[in-house]
Amino acid sequence: MAFDILEPGLATSVQDRGRFGYYNVGIPQGGAMDQLSASMANALVGNTADDAVLECAYLGPRFTTDTDAVIAVTGAPVEVRVNGTPVDEWSRLSLAAGDEVSFGMLSGGTRYYIAVQGGIDVPVVLGSRSTYTLGALGGFQGRALKAGDTVPVGAPSGSGPAMDVIPENLRPVHAKEVTVRILPGLYDHRLTAEGMETLVSAAWKLTPVADRMGLRYSGPDLEWKPRIQPFGAGSDPSNIVDAGYAIGSIQVPGGKEPIVLHRDAVSGGGYAMVATVISADMDVVARSAPGTLTHFEPVTMEQALAARADAAEVRRAVWA
Amino acid sequence: MSHAPQHLEAARYTWGGDEFLFVEISESMSLAANFKANAMAARLAARAIDGVVDICPANASLLVRFDPDTVPPDELESLVREVEEEVAHLSEQTLETRIIEIPVWYDDPYTRETGARFRKGHQRPEGTDLDFAAEENGLSSPQEFIRKHHESPWLVSMVGFVAGLPFMFQIVPHEDQLEVPKYLSPRTDTPPLTVGHGGCFACIYSVRGAGGYQMFGIAAAPIFDPAQKLADFSDFMIFFRPGDIVKFKPIDEDEYTAIQAEVEAGTFTYRQTPVTFDLQKALTDPSAHNRDILEKLNGI
Repeated sequence: MAFDILEPGLATSVQDRGRFGYYNVGIPQGGAMDQLSASMANALVGNTADDAVLECAYLGPRFTTDTDAVIAVTGAPVEVRVNGTPVDEWSRLSLAAGDEVSFGMLSGGTRYYIAVQGGIDVPVVLGSRSTYTLGALGGFQGRALKAGDTVPVGAPSGSGPAMDVIPENLRPVHAKEVTVRILPGLYDHRLTAEGMETLVSAAWKLTPVADRMGLRYSGPDLEWKPRIQPFGAGSDPSNIVDAGYAIGSIQVPGGKEPIVLHRDAVSGGGYAMVATVISADMDVVARSAPGTLTHFEPVTMEQALAARADAAEVRRAVWA
Repeated sequence: MSHAPQHLEAARYTWGGDEFLFVEISESMSLAANFKANAMAARLAARAIDGVVDICPANASLLVRFDPDTVPPDELESLVREVEEEVAHLSEQTLETRIIEIPVWYDDPYTRETGARFRKGHQRPEGTDLDFAAEENGLSSPQEFIRKHHESPWLVSMVGFVAGLPFMFQIVPHEDQLEVPKYLSPRTDTPPLTVGHGGCFACIYSVRGAGGYQMFGIAAAPIFDPAQKLADFSDFMIFFRPGDIVKFKPIDEDEYTAIQAEVEAGTFTYRQTPVTFDLQKALTDPSAHNRDILEKLNGI
């Protein structure tokens, strides 16, 4: 059982929950950028939350299935077509052998997910099927899909679909203006008080420099405290002795254009981080399209953990 | 002789969101700070704490990823502070590690070609990265810089950035450290196995991609092998571990070609042997420390 890729789309890759435990040697967690949407697609087709899906960015693939298949598309709002006829996103779809799936334009957000009953069955590498493109590791031959690829689909293993349709009230929103909660810390003491105030009060606009590694925002400059740089740290006040980067951490090279590191983050480097997006809001960042106005709202660890528990509640509602 | 062992202040603990604990051991780079980062990482790993997902020692810091649903942040911080205490009271600051010979073709045509593509906007647009590095360090020629680069061994102080990339810190007195500023604007391309340098750190690029370090040459054999074809990669696709000691060996084109043929045939193995890294000795008498470990390498 397989999908035959006729057109690959802009950057279609195999992703799952991620690859954990190898960040210490520079291999990032990877996995679906918008974890909740990917997990909902799996729920609709009766997979487990661990099954691999196809992640599409902006322009989706065109493919046929060589056998009957059960699929679902979730995530950014996009027109889904089967043999040219529009069908519903956020619901279970049955395909007959030879059916062709294609996509129209996005009307918001950036990424959407295709789950198939049985999951995308590429080999598990270091505990995950996720694609780490930079290291040519995992996924489909370590890369984004190309025309002519035959993507293997596994045998159904789940206990049956959890839901036929994701109810509207559970579907993630793809908004043009978002609030992203951050926990200040790491090297926040290196910013001036005005610099920190600017970070949490400005309306930041997501630039087109946004991919699986990180997302860059435009807005006012942030001021660093001047200092004599420590040995090995580099000459700019935003430089530190190269250190590990938390996923979701925000760095501000040269005081300009903050970068939020995402699932395919480089594991370390020489720029001071001043805050980290809380785990519950990483999906919110993932759903942002260039131009999205973003407000970084500082929270405490207690608030971050409460938000994490709320996010777990939503997952439980889907998988109940 | 050069400088007394450094006494480190207590580390600084801070949070990277609800899943990362960051421990800054020192603001500045030193062998002592790196030793402490690695010693803490090893002891933390040995405790096998439920909910600890990743332990990432870095040059002068430690990043720990955790699942707060399994180990609450406060509890994790207490455990890591205990480990810091343990390390502070170690009677012997030694690390059982290995020394590895890494053959490098310095000033090779591939590196020259890449350097030439990115001259515009470089600190020294009219020369090579090696010319620039020699000048920055007050050395008479690029050859002199190359000699200093391979004559003393380097400690792998961190592995990361991208898969399997080693950051290395030379085991020499502070005043002999080679320091070269990074590119003013990062390159969009760096060939894999390029030997680079930024600030006080050497690196070997493990995969093709962007990079900001000055480029001096190319390593002859892989350091990241996802297909695990070579014997040195039979256990794991990544060669370097923090705490490894590296001795660069300058090679010429013929030797480079010969090693490439061995890699192609799947027969290449790195020359390496176990050694003990002794922090106090490396700090107080680096020449003697380096002589001892290099003898071990030359003895095999």
